[in-house]
Amino acid sequence: MADLVDPAPDLSRWSCPLPLRDHPVVVMGHGGGGALSAELVQHLFAPAYGGPEMAALGDSAVLPLGGARIAFSTDSYVVRPLFFPGGSIGDLAVNGTVNDLAMSGAVPAYLSCAFILEEGTELASVGRVAQAVGAAARAAGVAVATGDTKVVDAGHGDGVYLNTAGIGLVPQGVDIRPQRAAPGDVVIVSGPIGLHGVAIMSVREGLEFGAEVESDTAPLAGLVQAMLAVTPQLHALRDPTRGGLAASLNEIAAASGTGVVLDERRVPVPEPVAAACGFLGLDPLYVANEGRLVAFVPREHAEAVLDAMRAHPHGRGAAVVGECVADHPGLVVARTGLGGTRIVDLPLGEQLPRIC
Amino acid sequence: MRYVEEFNNPELARRLLDDIHATVTRPWALMEVCGGQTHSIIRHGIDQLLPEGVELIHGPGCPVCVTPLEMIDKALEIASRPGVVFCSFGDMLRVPGTDRDLFRVKGEGGDVRVVYSPLDALAIARRHPDREVVFFGVGFETTAPANAMAVHEARRLGVRNFSLLVSHVRVPPAIEAIMRSPDCRVQAFLAAGHVCSVMGTAEYPELAERYRVPIVVTGFEPLDILEGIRRTVRQLERGEHRVENAYPRAVQEGGNPAALRMLEEVFTVGDRAWRGIGVIPRSGWRLSDAYRDHDAEHRFSVSGITTRESGLCRSGEVLQGLIKPHECAAFGRECTPRTPLGATMVSSEGACAAYHLYRRLGTETPAPARTTEEATPVG
Amino acid sequence: MCLAVPGKVVDIQERDGTRMAQVDFGGVVKDVCLAYLPDIEVGDYAVVHVGFALQRLDEESARSTLELFEQLGVLEEEFGDAWGRAAAEAGAVRPVEEAAR
Repeated sequence: MADLVDPAPDLSRWSCPLPLRDHPVVVMGHGGGGALSAELVQHLFAPAYGGPEMAALGDSAVLPLGGARIAFSTDSYVVRPLFFPGGSIGDLAVNGTVNDLAMSGAVPAYLSCAFILEEGTELASVGRVAQAVGAAARAAGVAVATGDTKVVDAGHGDGVYLNTAGIGLVPQGVDIRPQRAAPGDVVIVSGPIGLHGVAIMSVREGLEFGAEVESDTAPLAGLVQAMLAVTPQLHALRDPTRGGLAASLNEIAAASGTGVVLDERRVPVPEPVAAACGFLGLDPLYVANEGRLVAFVPREHAEAVLDAMRAHPHGRGAAVVGECVADHPGLVVARTGLGGTRIVDLPLGEQLPRIC
Repeated sequence: MRYVEEFNNPELARRLLDDIHATVTRPWALMEVCGGQTHSIIRHGIDQLLPEGVELIHGPGCPVCVTPLEMIDKALEIASRPGVVFCSFGDMLRVPGTDRDLFRVKGEGGDVRVVYSPLDALAIARRHPDREVVFFGVGFETTAPANAMAVHEARRLGVRNFSLLVSHVRVPPAIEAIMRSPDCRVQAFLAAGHVCSVMGTAEYPELAERYRVPIVVTGFEPLDILEGIRRTVRQLERGEHRVENAYPRAVQEGGNPAALRMLEEVFTVGDRAWRGIGVIPRSGWRLSDAYRDHDAEHRFSVSGITTRESGLCRSGEVLQGLIKPHECAAFGRECTPRTPLGATMVSSEGACAAYHLYRRLGTETPAPARTTEEATPVG
Repeated sequence: MCLAVPGKVVDIQERDGTRMAQVDFGGVVKDVCLAYLPDIEVGDYAVVHVGFALQRLDEESARSTLELFEQLGVLEEEFGDAWGRAAAEAGAVRPVEEAAR
């Protein structure tokens, strides 16, 4: 297969030949954080909404308001089951939005929290979720300032869906966007990957397995501020949630037009994550995280930023995993443990257990 | 010891590679039969580390690739029916039928569920006696015993609402079909280790002798694959054609006797169509008459299916190593990973999908690995 | 096809008349059907595919395979590395090093 890389016709415009055309209905992959999700935003939502703010396609929008810069983000949470090892939908709803804000360097301040409840759901469960929301908000240093409750007919929801939105202030001199990643940047992850996804899978119907694994759900704004204290010159940040590290790296590579080279041996994968991925046939690079970030840092600041991350409770396992290059723009290439290479593509939709 | 990491050891991989490089004096075309091996080869970049001229042809050992279109269309039809819970391994959900896939059926309201094991599907049937639970029983000899047990248990426990849509295929007849093809380029086979864990190795000496082709039973971790390649090229260079077992920790000559007895009881050997290749005599299993009540094809008399395979797709020739994916006129045009015409474009390690992905590296950067050693500035 | 992985049998029990095991894959424990390996015992390793133990993992054989790989290098060091000599003459680099550049 050495001739895989033979001279070839130019297929660089491949990325989206027939957007949405082959799926006239919504399929699960449209919410999977992969190529289908991205196409939905690019080809359905963005044209419908118009406006330049959508163009950045970051985890949160940074908007001018009254002389300040506000980061603004929203996310919905439909996780099943509601309670899982290491957390609950309430923790995710707070930390997810806090982290989306933090990925633009903002200090999160206020959240909204809306509950969509299924008729017949135990109030005790709703209470536990609300308690989790409150506790997570306090831990993240944000206030839940407004909310809403709706009820849908029995059978039309999985007990509780949550939506949170949040705002925060972006400090002066901070400009963190996927587009700013540049050749020479060092790629750092804040800790071991795959824990959240594996924790959820371990309790999902039809897959159940026992694992000493807990979700990594955590608020990352404090970690980001600790990194910014070293230098405001962080180029890009992402929290690799759905689609995992692979999706985040692909999004940044695509937005910035740089190539990303990943050294697989340096990616921290906990043993139970490797084991679960082994028997389910999944790739840890594509498994979801809820308390990790990936940072693109100019080389000259990388070492100091890494030290600052390791000194923070949510960055103790931080590691350099790769770098940005001028070669293969927009593409993520991994160097394997054996010294071979492979392309780490944007996942199409959600990863499924396979037998093959 | 977990018997996984040890077989990923880069230092030992280097020794195996050195030995392979020392052995090879001319080009050889090897076929790894099994899709799991193809996955491992791509995942670890093994193909790029081999001597120039040693070519790995990705064989037809992937249920995603070879399940016939008619069977996919049947699955889609059954899964669309009200009252049916259609369970499948995750692999099959994206495989295109004539006009849609299982994801689409799910999106349109069908109850399609991904399970890890056929026993999980049986458990769903026991929990929901009012629903018809159908399991899509695809796969090779490795998976057949699991599906056989599920249907055997269903009968033993009286779970009448459980049935199996069977599309099982067998490896040795496929190897034979490939060797009989007049344009065959394959000079040696890496046989699928886990198939042999079940079946043993007794079926292979006759094939190796008749077609004068080395067959090396090979595992799935990087060192296993390299050892399979090492032994294969060694035989080729010496002009030998024997069956060797390079995966003795999981393969015994007699296979798994209990599993073989169950296969004998539950299934009957018959001709089977392979997508893109055609009917291969005696290459499949169907449920034996004793299990007719649990046969989804019998229970849901599916008729009126008109399959329409793309006239452009040449995946069958790709699967046999007769052409390279980019030699197909539809490659990268009508046929892409987003809009696959054939199954080899569906799964990420399908030959066409893998080829397509690597094309994106473009012509200026033939060796992306060049840049990686610089990727370690700090930490 | 055939994603099968080795795991260690940590517990065995009868369920609905079928012999089932808890198998540890390295921090992850999964229910596995033992119907096809009636003789396997707690502490043994098995190769597991879609919830079924398909074959006992022969630990001794695994060790001797690894030893064989180790010896490949040793033999080369003792008797000279044929590839290295040939490559040096041709001015080539080793494949692994080449890929690492």
